[in-house]
Amino acid sequence: MRPWIALNIKSVNYEFLEETFGSKSQLLLQSNPVHKKIPVLIHVDKPIPESLIIVQYIDELWSSSPSILASDPYDHAIERFWAAYTDEKWFPALRGLRVAQEDEERKALKGPVIEGIVLLEEAFGKCSKGKAFFGGDQIGLIDIAFGCCLGWLKVTEKLSRVKLLDEEKTPGLVKWAERFCADGAVKGVMPETEKLVEFSKVLLAKLSGAPTKK
Amino acid sequence: MANQEVKLLSLWVSRFGRRVEWALKLKGVDYEYIEEDIFNKSSLLLELNPVTQKVPVLVHDGKVILESLIILEYIDETWKQNPLLPQDPYERAQARFWAKFAEEKVMDVAWTAFCSLGEEKEKAEKLAIEAVEKIEEVIKGKKFFGGESIGYLDIALGWIAHWLPIWEEVASVHIVDPIKFPATTAWVKNFLNHGVIKDNLPERERMLVYFHQYRKTLSSIPHP
Repeated sequence: MRPWIALNIKSVNYEFLEETFGSKSQLLLQSNPVHKKIPVLIHVDKPIPESLIIVQYIDELWSSSPSILASDPYDHAIERFWAAYTDEKWFPALRGLRVAQEDEERKALKGPVIEGIVLLEEAFGKCSKGKAFFGGDQIGLIDIAFGCCLGWLKVTEKLSRVKLLDEEKTPGLVKWAERFCADGAVKGVMPETEKLVEFSKVLLAKLSGAPTKK
Repeated sequence: MANQEVKLLSLWVSRFGRRVEWALKLKGVDYEYIEEDIFNKSSLLLELNPVTQKVPVLVHDGKVILESLIILEYIDETWKQNPLLPQDPYERAQARFWAKFAEEKVMDVAWTAFCSLGEEKEKAEKLAIEAVEKIEEVIKGKKFFGGESIGYLDIALGWIAHWLPIWEEVASVHIVDPIKFPATTAWVKNFLNHGVIKDNLPERERMLVYFHQYRKTLSSIPHP
C-alpha cells in the first residue's frame, strides 16, 4: 500500500499488478528473488523491493513537489526512526496481539502495543507541530508508514476486542487517522475493514491448520 | 570552540557505534566520544534515548539522532564531502536494501548462532551461510560495496570483517568460509586495510575476552 500512496502523491502513472495470495507469480519471483515478497516496484525494468525503501526511491526520483520526506537532515532522521519503529517494533507486536487466541495471551500482548501507540501520539505532537500530518501540511514518511497499518489496527481492535486509538488517550492520532484515510492519495488504496477481517480469519486458519468454516 | 558540536555516546565494543565513528572519520568530522557503560546506564543516555536506551546516540548541535543506519544517512546528508551513499536513486535503494537484508538475515542470525547450542545453533549457522551467499554475489568483482571507495554498505557490513570472526572463534561457528566465499573474504581484507578503518577497530584480544564472558553468562550455555 505504501508505494501506491507515494505514487499517488507524486501523480505518477503506474500499472498495478495484483498478486494472488498463496501463490507467487513468475514476475514476483524474478523481481524479488531474495525475499519473494511484495511490494515490488518495477521502474524501467529495475525492481525495488521493501515498501519504505520504495517510498524513498519514489521520493528521490520524482523530486518535484510534493515532497514526501523532509528536506532537513534532522527531520529526515526523525522520520526514518519512527517509520522503522512502526515497521520493526510496533507492527510485529500488533500482529502478535491479533493472532493471539487466548485471553491471557492477549492481556500480556496488549501492553507493548498500547505503549507504542502512546509513543506515536507523542511523536505526532512533536512532528506535526500542530498541523494535519506527521509530515506537516502534507503526508510524509511516518504518515505513510503508520497510516498503512490503520487497516490492521482496526482489524485487531475488532478481533482482539481492544481499543487502541482512543479519543481520550490518543486524541491527536484519532483525528489524524480520519484525515489520512480521507486524503485523495489514500482513499481507494485503503482496504475496507470488513474485507481485512475476513482475510485475517483466512490467514489465522492457515496458520493454525484449522478449516476455515466450522 | 567548535561551531558544530558533535558528540557520540557509544560502547567500545559496539559494532553499531563503530559504524558512526567510521562515517565521521571518513568525512573528517571532529567529535567528542563519550563511553557508555550499557550495563549501568548513565542518566545522560536515559535522558537522550528514553525510548530504546541504546547506543550509539549522536548529538549534533543539541539534536539527538538514534539508530546507527539512520545516523549514517544523517551524517551523509549533513556533511556533503566524501559521499557515503551513491547519487543514483536506484543505487541508493539497492544499498539500503542490502544493508537491511544483512542486518536481519546475516547479523541477527549469526548472533543467534553465537548465543545458542546444538540444533538451534546449527540451524542458525546454515541460515547465515545462505544469506552470505547472496552478499557474495553483490560484492563479486568489486573492491568495496561502494566501488573503488568505501561507502554506506561497506560501513553497514563492516561488522562482518571484525566482529563475526570473533563470534565464530568464541562459539565455534563457521559462516564465512574463505573457499566458499572468496569475494567476501577479499572484501574483508580490503576493508580492514583501509586507513580509516584499521585505526578504528576495538582490540581483538579484548573482544575475545568480552565475548567469551558474554557467552558464559547466557543461561542456555552450561558452565563447565
